[in-house]
Amino acid sequence: MKVQRWTRTSKLFTGATGVVAIALAVVPLIFGSDVVQKLTNLLILVLLAAMWNALAGYGGLLSVGQQAFIGIGAYGTVFFAGMGFSPYLAMLLATVLAGAVSVPMSLFALRLRAAQFAIGMWVIAEVISILVRLDNNLGAGTGISLFQMNQFAPNFRQAYTFWMALGFTVLFLAAMFFLLRSPLGASLQAIRDDEDAARSLGVRVASRKRLLFVLAGFGCGAAGVLVVANTLFIEPGSVFSVQWSAYMIFMVLVGGLGTFEGPILGAILLFAIQTTFTQGGPWYLVGLGATAALFALVLPRGLWGAIEERFGLRLMPVGYRVVSPEKKSEASA
Amino acid sequence: MTLLEVDELDCRYGLLQAVRGVSFGVAQGEIVALIGANGAGKTTLLRAIAGAHRPYAGRVRFDGADVTRLPAHRRVSLGVALVPEGRRLFPSLTVEENLRVAAVKNRPGQWNVGSVLDAFPLLQPRRKMPAANLSGGEQQAVAIGRALMSNPSLMLLDEVSLGLAPIVVDAVYASLQSVINEGATVILVEQDLTRALRVAGRVICMLEGRVVLQGDSKSLDRERVVDAYFGLRRSAAGEASA
Amino acid sequence: MTLLNAIVQGIFLGAFYAVLACGLSIMFGVMRIINLAHGDLAVLGAYLTFVIVEGAGVSAFVAFAIALPVMLVLGYLLQVTVLGRSLKAGLLTPLLATFGLSIVIQNLLLIAFSPDVRSLGGSAGAFTTASWQLTSELSISALGVLVLVVAVIVFGALQLFLSYTPAGWAMRATAEDPEAAEIVGIDSKAVYARATAIAVAIASLGGLFLAIRSVFEPTSGPTQLIFAFEAVVIGGMGSLWGTLVGGIALGLAQTLGAQLHPQFSVLAGHLLFLSVLVARFGGGRLTLRIAR
Repeated sequence: MKVQRWTRTSKLFTGATGVVAIALAVVPLIFGSDVVQKLTNLLILVLLAAMWNALAGYGGLLSVGQQAFIGIGAYGTVFFAGMGFSPYLAMLLATVLAGAVSVPMSLFALRLRAAQFAIGMWVIAEVISILVRLDNNLGAGTGISLFQMNQFAPNFRQAYTFWMALGFTVLFLAAMFFLLRSPLGASLQAIRDDEDAARSLGVRVASRKRLLFVLAGFGCGAAGVLVVANTLFIEPGSVFSVQWSAYMIFMVLVGGLGTFEGPILGAILLFAIQTTFTQGGPWYLVGLGATAALFALVLPRGLWGAIEERFGLRLMPVGYRVVSPEKKSEASA
Repeated sequence: MTLLEVDELDCRYGLLQAVRGVSFGVAQGEIVALIGANGAGKTTLLRAIAGAHRPYAGRVRFDGADVTRLPAHRRVSLGVALVPEGRRLFPSLTVEENLRVAAVKNRPGQWNVGSVLDAFPLLQPRRKMPAANLSGGEQQAVAIGRALMSNPSLMLLDEVSLGLAPIVVDAVYASLQSVINEGATVILVEQDLTRALRVAGRVICMLEGRVVLQGDSKSLDRERVVDAYFGLRRSAAGEASA
Repeated sequence: MTLLNAIVQGIFLGAFYAVLACGLSIMFGVMRIINLAHGDLAVLGAYLTFVIVEGAGVSAFVAFAIALPVMLVLGYLLQVTVLGRSLKAGLLTPLLATFGLSIVIQNLLLIAFSPDVRSLGGSAGAFTTASWQLTSELSISALGVLVLVVAVIVFGALQLFLSYTPAGWAMRATAEDPEAAEIVGIDSKAVYARATAIAVAIASLGGLFLAIRSVFEPTSGPTQLIFAFEAVVIGGMGSLWGTLVGGIALGLAQTLGAQLHPQFSVLAGHLLFLSVLVARFGGGRLTLRIAR
């Protein structure tokens, strides 16, 4: 009997992921800026989905207010750029700011139970949104543009932004990957499966949740930074909108809550839907909402969760497999 | 006339099998004591009869009808009443409200708030008190009274003596006697063997989910019952082994 | 506006929030569900009333009387189809399912009615504009008084229902212990459906008041949800009269906040809400440090 972390499938797939990442890196060199911008959007979605899944799928924390960090990232960038920092340095600073803010916020937010946490985070996002609206230096209610980016030619700007997006996405996905593979990861998956049981086994649930909360703060802040880098103009109504939470919920619920691969699948799906139904407007949102609700009720583990259960397929080696030599049967965690 | 029939009942909690292939019948007017150690499956069995637990397999027949899949509240209107383990009163409801909420319209009979309070005089002064403020014995009285409010033909009592001082248990059983005297059919789970054997006409002993002993309480000798209770087997020389 | 005027307006605004929050409080009290579509159901009710007003030419109040039974049925159906299922699954499921529902309702309204803002102020007769001038600086609006009176009546009627009727006892019993309720003969599913029906109906009453005192549009729901939730939390979750108190506290916070700066009103409400959460749950370590 041995405990396996890698299988042939996961070795192949992890290798393939590495190849994909490298392949993506050369995209700006081959494709026009239109495609590059679209793919940047896809990467932002993947990042957001992964972060929301980190919170809800592994921490049991349902936040309807991550747009707070998206907004901090976006407006932070504008703020630091306005102070004279070069735009890309401003972006890094803004990401750090978002993560830094999440730390004291966690002391308070994590004590709240399910519904209070969900709506509490939403209210916090609204408060930050109102405060931004009151600040004329940040464009108040009408919005502000990251004009400092104009120093770069559009092609280069698009390419740098894309690489930044790729870098952030790979960074945060890698962080989740190594987190889940570490001893910490086993405790995270235990929290996901049964928080009370995990606590009774001695898992320090509170500090684990804080880790996830801060990671998601950084990640969503990075996403916000990318949003302003990609669109160049932001206004409080859109950047602090609860619509972001709606997208995150859809991607993770449909893709697969509590799995590593699920959010990525969900992001690709949402991206595909968005590009196909560009004129969709309200009808496509009706579909999105109805699908999310349906998945919550009928298929709570999402598409990837269902695939995992049916086929025992685990593409990324974040779990453990017990291989019994006699029976050649496998049970995976 | 057989009032209750349990047929190859199998009850599970996930992968844990609490009741395995249990079969027995209860005739109208019988008093049956269901005994066994903790974890033997007695509570689960009562809950399955009452409808609070969905069996994995097997049948429950009440008054001729198959009620296996019938939800608990419908069985109450057929005449089954459970006094659950731990009493499970509604804490913020008063004694009177606890009783009234259990009254069932289509089951007329002698039991109503007035007659229940007459049967349990200790409750009279506590009528308007929230159930959470009652003592253990008073709560047990309310729990039994609450079950009576539906004028049941089958009463299921789960560990009514649990956590109560002996003198209080005496009082509870005394009032139970008047119910029994009126010809009710009762299945009671009781840890106290002596009391169980005294009250009941028949004894069913369970161990690890199975029925290991059944019989008339008068004719069964105590040693046999104790052995079955603990799962002991006596050799010919009279030595016990598990 | 003087301070006294602000206080009076705050109480009237708070009464409106209390009505809006009442249904949310009922659903939480009985089922432990926070219905994230609550605000959207209130707005749906407002649109239904609006359609009847436009179609039949009656006053908003008459139209509401017609819309009310429809909303009751809608609430009943909602529980039986969507919410009942989500109760059995985990803690997150009702939140996620109702969030999805919220998006569906908002966008269906958007498709049916366009994003234009509407109001029922014109169909409420004298109530919209009538007021009594008590002093040179203090005026009491008829609408404000109406909402306050209705709020007290609604909460009072609910209290009577829960304390003196068999259905009310059954609801309290099911709220405390659904399994024990089943064991004593209470159909818990029916109780839940009744609770949701009442909650949605009262929500639509909130929608009516929203439509009369101000404007509404398809995406107004989430804002109303936040105010309703804040009212429930400030007053204490699970307490019926607490929701009335919480609503009034929220209304006062907003009007008094507006006294400081016109754009501070909603912010003041949010800050009150967050402070209550901190006081009740958060910063345990922080307060210990200060106390020492």
